[in-house]
Amino acid sequence: MSTTNSGTEAVRLTDITKTFPGIVANDKINLTINTGEIHSICGENGAGKSVLMKILYGIHSPDSGEIHINGKRVDFHSPKDAIAHGIGMVHQHFMLADNLTVLENIILGSEPYHIPYININFSKAKREIGELNESYGLNIDLDRTIDTLSIGQLQRVEIIKALYRGAKILILDEPTACLVPQEVDELFNNIREMDAKGDTIIFIDHKLDEVLEISERITVLRGGKTVATVEKENTDTKQLAELMIGSSLPTPQGVPETVTNQAALKVQNLHVKGDRGEEAVRGVDFHINKGEIVGIAGVEGNGQIELIQCLLGIRNAEQGSIEMLEHNKGVVNGSTENNEEQTKLINITSTPVSDRRISGLGYIPSDRFKLGILPQAPLWENAMLGHQRQQPYSRSGFWITKRQSIQQTEKIIDEFDVRTPSSQVAIHALSGGNQQKLVIGREMVMNLSVLLAAHPTRGIDVGAQAAVWDQLRVAKSKGLAILLISADLDELLGLSDRLLVILRGNITADLDPDTITARDLGIHMTGAEGELSKV
Amino acid sequence: MNSQKSNNFRSFGLGISTSLAAILLSLIIASLILLISGSNPLQAYWDLIERGVRIDIIFNILNRAMPLYVSAIAVAIGFRMNLFNIGVEGQYAIAAIIAAQVGAKVGVDLPGFLGILNGPIHILIILLTAMAVGAAWAGIAGVLKVTSGIHEVISTIMLNAISGSFLIALLLKEWKLDDEDIFQTATIPKSGRLPALAKVTEPGTAVLSSFLIIALIVGVAYWIYVYKTRPGFDLRASGMNPLAAQASGVSPVKTILIAMLLSGAIAGLVGMPELLGPAGKPYYHDSFVGMLGFNGIAVALLGQNHPGGIALSALFISFIDTTSIVLDANDSTPKEIIDIMIGIIIFVMVIAFGYSKKIREANEAKQSALVLAKNGSSPPT
Repeated sequence: MSTTNSGTEAVRLTDITKTFPGIVANDKINLTINTGEIHSICGENGAGKSVLMKILYGIHSPDSGEIHINGKRVDFHSPKDAIAHGIGMVHQHFMLADNLTVLENIILGSEPYHIPYININFSKAKREIGELNESYGLNIDLDRTIDTLSIGQLQRVEIIKALYRGAKILILDEPTACLVPQEVDELFNNIREMDAKGDTIIFIDHKLDEVLEISERITVLRGGKTVATVEKENTDTKQLAELMIGSSLPTPQGVPETVTNQAALKVQNLHVKGDRGEEAVRGVDFHINKGEIVGIAGVEGNGQIELIQCLLGIRNAEQGSIEMLEHNKGVVNGSTENNEEQTKLINITSTPVSDRRISGLGYIPSDRFKLGILPQAPLWENAMLGHQRQQPYSRSGFWITKRQSIQQTEKIIDEFDVRTPSSQVAIHALSGGNQQKLVIGREMVMNLSVLLAAHPTRGIDVGAQAAVWDQLRVAKSKGLAILLISADLDELLGLSDRLLVILRGNITADLDPDTITARDLGIHMTGAEGELSKV
Repeated sequence: MNSQKSNNFRSFGLGISTSLAAILLSLIIASLILLISGSNPLQAYWDLIERGVRIDIIFNILNRAMPLYVSAIAVAIGFRMNLFNIGVEGQYAIAAIIAAQVGAKVGVDLPGFLGILNGPIHILIILLTAMAVGAAWAGIAGVLKVTSGIHEVISTIMLNAISGSFLIALLLKEWKLDDEDIFQTATIPKSGRLPALAKVTEPGTAVLSSFLIIALIVGVAYWIYVYKTRPGFDLRASGMNPLAAQASGVSPVKTILIAMLLSGAIAGLVGMPELLGPAGKPYYHDSFVGMLGFNGIAVALLGQNHPGGIALSALFISFIDTTSIVLDANDSTPKEIIDIMIGIIIFVMVIAFGYSKKIREANEAKQSALVLAKNGSSPPT
């Protein structure tokens, strides 16, 4: 079938079935991957591709079905078995120790020794890894510590790690999720290099243009089943999208003009320090009007986290001012049809978080689990988190009103389609997408004037993503001012009315999302072209 | 709604069966220990129960449970926000000595018919002094934590040691009575003492301390604060996920200070039944009751930081503690065996609670997955 190599099978999965309590994640999946090909597995979040790959990598055992590697039947009990059969995996979330060097991270767990378990043979490791590094053109300084590397570099470390363990079949799980276009190009070059050396690449993704660019064959999964395997030459994005979700892909688009000229958030000469005392935000000025979405584009680690933390109030401003419009009290659900609309901004630069929240500042955190929820608490207590001082959750800001809180939570569950047995179960029992829907819903049902949204659709499926986009648009049409941070450039371009580029703590460009392409945006995000080659 | 109810019922049933299983298991282990030490376990248990149903013994069990309960509540407030207040021991000791001194020196003498208020006001002054001193002592640890990041376990252990020495200094020098050989504070007059709630003379003499009412108030207040008020929610939120709580507008500094101050204030009350109760001595002395702070930690853990659970575990520990004396007297079972049994019971229960929590979480996850499957949504990745 494949044009590369002799057509021997590197991987054959036959009738793989895997169920979790109440759910069939993989339903008799059949998949054949030829030696030396680049094969993409695509499907929307929840289609079962990650589970399938975890089965191939020995993390899960299938309930039934067979795995053949290079023609031999195998039974994996742990990733160790998979590695022994030449399978490597680069996970979506990197598994690296921050304070160790690249070299130490790569050999961790498979160290070469002078004297077994006593004396690590670093020079041998360095020589071998250096050879890999060079022959694959991966270009990584082995002596740097992990915390000094960019996302793209971290990914290459993970790739070397797999290659060092003898991987001939490499699984890349959504490798482009947090890369800018230029980094994606580099990754693709690395992948082609590996392909040229005869390695087999399994590429998991749901960005169809990327899938079409890199792969030779594409297998589409939907609802835990194999829908089709197609050759790249015989397909296009439209067909793939239809295979993936049964209809065309939703994209953020067509925003009606709702921007007013009334500023809702105004930031002047804001300086913020980072965790290590470095100046993370260096004097930014911007404003967001009512009914406007302003997107902040930037490679992660350029000050956007510190900026949003400072706006929220959990990080001090060193200098400068933040002003926001207080929401209209007594107005239902964000509607601003009010005769006496407030137009005066209040200075919140040194106001505590609680008061900012009461004034109508909403927050969708970038990392739901770490920053957004109380995992062991029931849904209704999670719904009130952030608004616990306000009605309907409490009376006089002191007495918790449980009945009303539960009602409000049930409203959120209905309106935002949170799939849950009830409002009383602990939130950790819900899937990530449903947790996120609650986290977004609890902000949207409140009277807000400004919403800080950091990666609002990270880790939720395509359908839910479209719903979130709609909700943001509806909220904005009602006069909400939204600050949007996202690693998904399509999301930024599709939703924002204006795009600000943040680079090393400065806002370096103010762009019109209607006229700029993702590629040009990427160039802005990484600085000038000359800077690109340095990464 | 219906399935929710059956869920609640199931989770309640799970809690009860876990406790029963834990008690059964610890009884088996305890029986083995009794057998090995040469006693008849059935006889021993019978002796315990026979004694435990006597009204005078029940009074004593209650009296003993009260300070344990209050101590555990003080610890539980800290636990609610992941603060480990090991310092209840020192907090109640120093609160007791200062409250004792204040109680002895301050007299309340209202004119005329207001005179009936003399007692209550006097008692109130002593209680408030104890709470203030306890809060202040615990507050030191709180301030150290928010200003210099010193862990509360370290600072409260140190403060325990300091309070011990401080007490000795006060007793030996400052507040020492004229009589050279007695190390105690001056006596609190009758008006500053808690009356008996009930008295029995048959089958033995015993009084029930009216501190019971104070302990109940503390328990109810704790329950209301933690489950019914917004500051209580903030406290719990900080305990469950400090970063998410902070983003929701909870000030970590404020919450740590409030938790330490409240915990210390409640801890201040721990020594009060001994000091003011009908059965204790009305002054602080060099053999004032100890270990209540540390035992409170075990009781709080056993009671899962829940006011009702803490009450049950305080009663349970007090029951074994009070009735076990009979074993020592009746036959050859040494009192130490009882201490070993208490240790084992706590151990087994903590393990059992851990398991039951896991089972409950797995059940919830399964329920949610079923809902997803029913609504025809996609599986998790």
